Amino acid sequence: MRRFIAYGKHLRAGLLGKTADKGKENHLNPWRSRATTLVAGLGILLAACGPAAEATPTTSPPPATPTPAPSSLTVYSGRAEDLVGPIIKQFGDLTGIKVQVRYGGTSELAATILEEGQRSPADVFFAQDPGGLGAVAGMLSPLPESVLSRAEPRFRSPEGKWVGISGRARVVVYNTSKLKETDLPASIGDFTDPKWKGRIGWPPTNASFQAMVTAMRVSWGEAKTRQWLEGIKANNPKEYRNNTAVVQAVGAGEVDVGFVNHYYLFRFLQEQGEAFPARNYHPKAGDPGAIILVAGAGILSTAKNKAAAQQFLDFMLSDVGQQYFASKTFEYPVVKGINTHRVLVPLEQIESPSIDVTNLADTKGTLELLRQTGVIP
Amino acid sequence: MAGVGAGAVAPTARALRWARPWPPAFLWLPAVLVAGAVLLPLAYLLVRTLGAGDEVWRLLFRARTLLVLGRSLSLAGAVAATTVALALPLAWLTARTDLPWRRLWAVLTSLPLVIPSYVGALVAVSALGPRGMLQGLLARPFGVDRLPEIYGFPGAWLVLSLLSYPYVLLNLRAALGRLDPALEEASRSLGHSAWATFRRVTLPHLRPALAAGALLVALYTLSDFGAVSLLRFETFTWAIYLQYQTSFDRTLAAALGLVLVVFAIGLLVLEGASRGRSRYYRSTAGAVRPPAVARLGKWRWPAVALCALVVLGAVALPLSVLGYWLVRGLLAGQALAPLGRATVNSLYVSGMAAAVVLVAALPVAVLSVRYRVWVVALLERASYVGFATPGIVVALALVFFGARYATPIYQTLALLVFAYGVLFLPTAVGAVRSSLLQINPNLEDAARSLGRTPFRAFAGITLPLIRPGLAAGAALVFLLTMKELPATLLLSPIGFKTLATSIWSSASEAFFARAAAPALLLVLASSLSLALMNLGERR
Repeated sequence: MRRFIAYGKHLRAGLLGKTADKGKENHLNPWRSRATTLVAGLGILLAACGPAAEATPTTSPPPATPTPAPSSLTVYSGRAEDLVGPIIKQFGDLTGIKVQVRYGGTSELAATILEEGQRSPADVFFAQDPGGLGAVAGMLSPLPESVLSRAEPRFRSPEGKWVGISGRARVVVYNTSKLKETDLPASIGDFTDPKWKGRIGWPPTNASFQAMVTAMRVSWGEAKTRQWLEGIKANNPKEYRNNTAVVQAVGAGEVDVGFVNHYYLFRFLQEQGEAFPARNYHPKAGDPGAIILVAGAGILSTAKNKAAAQQFLDFMLSDVGQQYFASKTFEYPVVKGINTHRVLVPLEQIESPSIDVTNLADTKGTLELLRQTGVIP
Repeated sequence: MAGVGAGAVAPTARALRWARPWPPAFLWLPAVLVAGAVLLPLAYLLVRTLGAGDEVWRLLFRARTLLVLGRSLSLAGAVAATTVALALPLAWLTARTDLPWRRLWAVLTSLPLVIPSYVGALVAVSALGPRGMLQGLLARPFGVDRLPEIYGFPGAWLVLSLLSYPYVLLNLRAALGRLDPALEEASRSLGHSAWATFRRVTLPHLRPALAAGALLVALYTLSDFGAVSLLRFETFTWAIYLQYQTSFDRTLAAALGLVLVVFAIGLLVLEGASRGRSRYYRSTAGAVRPPAVARLGKWRWPAVALCALVVLGAVALPLSVLGYWLVRGLLAGQALAPLGRATVNSLYVSGMAAAVVLVAALPVAVLSVRYRVWVVALLERASYVGFATPGIVVALALVFFGARYATPIYQTLALLVFAYGVLFLPTAVGAVRSSLLQINPNLEDAARSLGRTPFRAFAGITLPLIRPGLAAGAALVFLLTMKELPATLLLSPIGFKTLATSIWSSASEAFFARAAAPALLLVLASSLSLALMNLGERR
């Protein structure tokens, strides 16, 4: 029965989705005819670019939420379109909701929402990291239990303001032509050993890296974390702008190891093949270097389309949504019982520390420590 | 420097001031409006900083802040000097000589301007990094294991110089095109060698264009984030971004932004003071002939080699790395997203920005050349503030004002184009200004004495004469808009994709092939537009 309802909805959504698309096109491109002549010369190149990535096959029916009439939804997404575009489109197609997305950096969008204040057109803020959600927490409305309870407790806001959508593991990425997995220490703490001098790359300004440092402060305490930061500093680590740059540098052999999120490696493997000489390593025994972090979303208290917003979160946390992140973006599902991608170490096998996200909220303390140790300016 | 442009015949500044007590309303009214608009970011920074607590002072008065500021200023100085050294020979070669394939070089040498600095830096790291592609090529035959560090000052300096010299180049070429050859001929007839003529006659006449270009480069360097963050040279703008990214702190970011703007204003005052009161136009009767073409003779091929070298490093290298990424990704089965809509959007919004900004720049430029009083000078200097402010700050300022006071146009094309105006106005003002300096105001006065209204005299006489400057200004704004990112992301109509946002979206997530396709299209579309403009200029 559930499957049948979903099918009917799919059919309707297909039609509605198309008309909605057309409307948008006219709205945005009244100049199309004129400009077409301008770009005629580019036609060949454009044609070669082909259509978008193939649609994700639906493995299970979408959740049956009651939707009386199709509405619209505005999402501010700090996650790139390359990652979440396909699943958002699928949501729009299935529900008939006209979804409009503003893509940007998580911190820039958080600042935008803060500047817009009560007048923000956004319904949903989909952020790359909890830090961005925390910055606008005062403008988020509490989520209903039905949404929150889908995610494992460690992957959601303790105040119920936001919920994790996908997880990422902190890893040590290492160059395989220089190192074997057995060369790597069980704890990230041991990289302060002088033998790692000049061989480490890290992205100190990156939000995920800082969340890891917060995890260190929680499980190791302030003093040991400070020692670790100073110890790594003494080993002349190379600073990079973000995770991508670190993985690239490790692959090129600029450095031997790097502290990053797990999934960037798989983009490189996808484009450059298995020969790309870098792999991930998960520190052992509940080490903070193996913590699982999340990307999440919340609903703004000023949202005009609250019902659609909640449907959006429901869908992202449904089996379909979760399976998408597990299979297409190489991330970890935040819902129990979803299979992870075969190339990933299953979540249960990662010996991540048992730290509540509640305890990761103190980003100010982490920034202060990073400043004091001279890791960030 | 004195006596440049036969200043003896031109009236003195004082006489001018008395002769023109009050500029016509069609000039000062729009100019005041424009100046008010471009000061919005400054107003926003003040609002935010005033709302900050004591923490601001602790942050600002750390020794580190001074150090970082010093880095920013030294980078800006070095890049500005390098771009002048690069642009001067290139401009002369492509404007005034019989350089083989001169028009082709003219287009090719201005192309680096269309390459976004984050793409340029990404390419530089991949190609010239310690273990980049170049090292890969040298490893086998020469056993090079590691190239010297590109990170830090050298990389940032190299990338920003190669990408921003066209600011100077375009300004210079416009000025060279309008330079009266009679001056140079007089110098030669009086016994000066070609070199002495260039040094003593041509170069002083190019000073406004050089200064305007170098100023733009210095301010661009001050406000750049893409290149310095990837190349890990910690500048002031990077520190401002860090406040947003790590602490989500708008007040501290604003306080730092304000410091940057204050220093930019310092640069502006310096450049303004260096202008002096020289006149750059022909003051005697007679028509200006097209300048003579210099014969390069045996220097033809070295000249071609110079152009080729610059184009190779600043255009061909990035393009081939992008091409390589694209092919590698496609071979690995990466699917590309369609880019037709993004291309059309980019061209449309950039064209619109070029037209609007040019119209806004005209009154400011005319006032600043024709009415040299301090209010006008202040007005013209004010137009630079947006350009010197990091893009994210300008974008947030317009989010702040747009969402509050301009709700109907918030997140529409109108506000987006307005944002481009705030950001890029001085590029157009500078270009128009330097060609306007070469027009004798007596021409307009003659038209007025024959019964024309001020507006008709301006539109009928001056406007056609400063066409090279108008074209250069429009080209600069167009190309800058094509690659603009922070304001486009935050202020565009929702769902409005451009080539720049497509590049960013993919590159930020390490999809190199998917980033390469829009980057190549961006360069292609921009160069076609540039070629069209050059063609139009020729007629």
